Amino acid sequence: MTEALRTPASQQAVQERLPPELLPPGEGFVGILKRDLLLAFRHRGELANPLIFFIMVTALIPIAVGPQKALLSQLAPGMIWVMALLGTLLSSDSLFQSDYADGTLEQLIISPQPLWLLVLAKISAHWLVTGLPITLAAPILGLMLALPEAGYATLVLGLAMGTATFSLFGAIGAALTVALRKGGVLLSLIVMPLYFPVLIFGSAAVQRVVDGGSAGAPLALLGAVFAFALLLSPFATAASLRAGING
Amino acid sequence: MWRWFHRLGSPRWFYQTSGRWLPWLAVLTLALLVIGTLWGLAFAPEDARQGNSFRIIYIHVPVSFLALAGYYVMAVAGAVNLIWRIKLADMVMTAAAPLGAALTFLALFTGAIWGKPTWGTYWVWDARITSMLVLLFLYLGVVVLRNSFSGRDTAGKACAILALVGTVNIPIIYKSVDWWFTLHQPATIKLSGAPSMHPDMFKPLLVMILAYYCFYALVLILNTRTEILHRERRTAWVNDLAVSELAVTELTSNEQ
Repeated sequence: MTEALRTPASQQAVQERLPPELLPPGEGFVGILKRDLLLAFRHRGELANPLIFFIMVTALIPIAVGPQKALLSQLAPGMIWVMALLGTLLSSDSLFQSDYADGTLEQLIISPQPLWLLVLAKISAHWLVTGLPITLAAPILGLMLALPEAGYATLVLGLAMGTATFSLFGAIGAALTVALRKGGVLLSLIVMPLYFPVLIFGSAAVQRVVDGGSAGAPLALLGAVFAFALLLSPFATAASLRAGING
Repeated sequence: MWRWFHRLGSPRWFYQTSGRWLPWLAVLTLALLVIGTLWGLAFAPEDARQGNSFRIIYIHVPVSFLALAGYYVMAVAGAVNLIWRIKLADMVMTAAAPLGAALTFLALFTGAIWGKPTWGTYWVWDARITSMLVLLFLYLGVVVLRNSFSGRDTAGKACAILALVGTVNIPIIYKSVDWWFTLHQPATIKLSGAPSMHPDMFKPLLVMILAYYCFYALVLILNTRTEILHRERRTAWVNDLAVSELAVTELTSNEQ
């Protein structure tokens, strides 16, 4: 638990509250969300990791393929999407790791609040500290990779939904591998096939707009995948956590 | 009906019953394989455009069928384990995962061999090939996940969840890859819309598909039996089995 909750004032606040089984389910969601955001904010170095990775690796591309503007603008939509995927994947590994190490995860599992809702709170916090910064930084990278002007709005909109879907699917993999010592590589193998549709629709949306078409269809499909992941992932993640921890 | 259901869940019952069926299944598989292979490789007419190289279809198509069907066998077995806690289902799932991965790899491999003389290249980023590659990743994920857990029940549940998540995602992945392919249509020969086959070529293919289904069942049962013996090695009936096997071998060696 964080330091803030150990202070007498907050202890008092906890005592005045209802017992946890009588709290409305939303309380748990908000509580976990606040706690995870606070924790992320206290570890600002870790917070910046996916973003730095995203920017660094994207900056390597012109070095490797050459600085020709025509070539770069052709590669830009796909490259930015691949790097966003890798940046999110890199951080998915730690989604449940520290909670597992200090026993918080077991407390979450036995708490009377629905586990899928608490898991959704953790995923939301994860997206807010990794997916959102990547989404906001993407236009700058688009500029550096000479992405044609028409593509920016679509890129940001698509990445907002796409990185959220990455976080949702990544959570399933993170939950399955949380109890394993070397979960990192396994996690990528597990979730990579699930990332395929997002990558296809996301980069296709940008490509279409750049080519002068309309991004409506791929963006709608991306939204559909996101909605589907939102429905599936909290339950699958909760089930995976129960299966992985109890055994 | 429920008694039958309970009996089916008993590894011992499965081991004994499958042992009785196994020789018949093996004979049937071998016969179908020999007939299909000879018919397909020696007697089926040569293809007008591809010549003899088309004959790899008699391995490629059955293997691809089973690579796909095997995923559903694995996922259904995982679901049965997850819902009814039937251990035998988990053993079947353990047996099905590497088998399916091997078949998927074979499908990709034979496809590449066939692609070289037909399209002039081993690998094309075609919708179906890409989907098979994704399927291989899905299989490998289950195999590796199973091996990285030390607790068997935990591994079973985790793999079942992963297989089910993969199952609901397969249509989405397949559709998205299909769409991606039409978007990035490269200048290669399209796989779909192949000319319908001549009956003389099609009949041996049917035999081969049937043969490979039998082969799959045979290997799955053999793998499951091994898994049963391994997991139940501390039980009395497996010990009795080992003792009687030992006695038989001693008896035959004494006779010599």
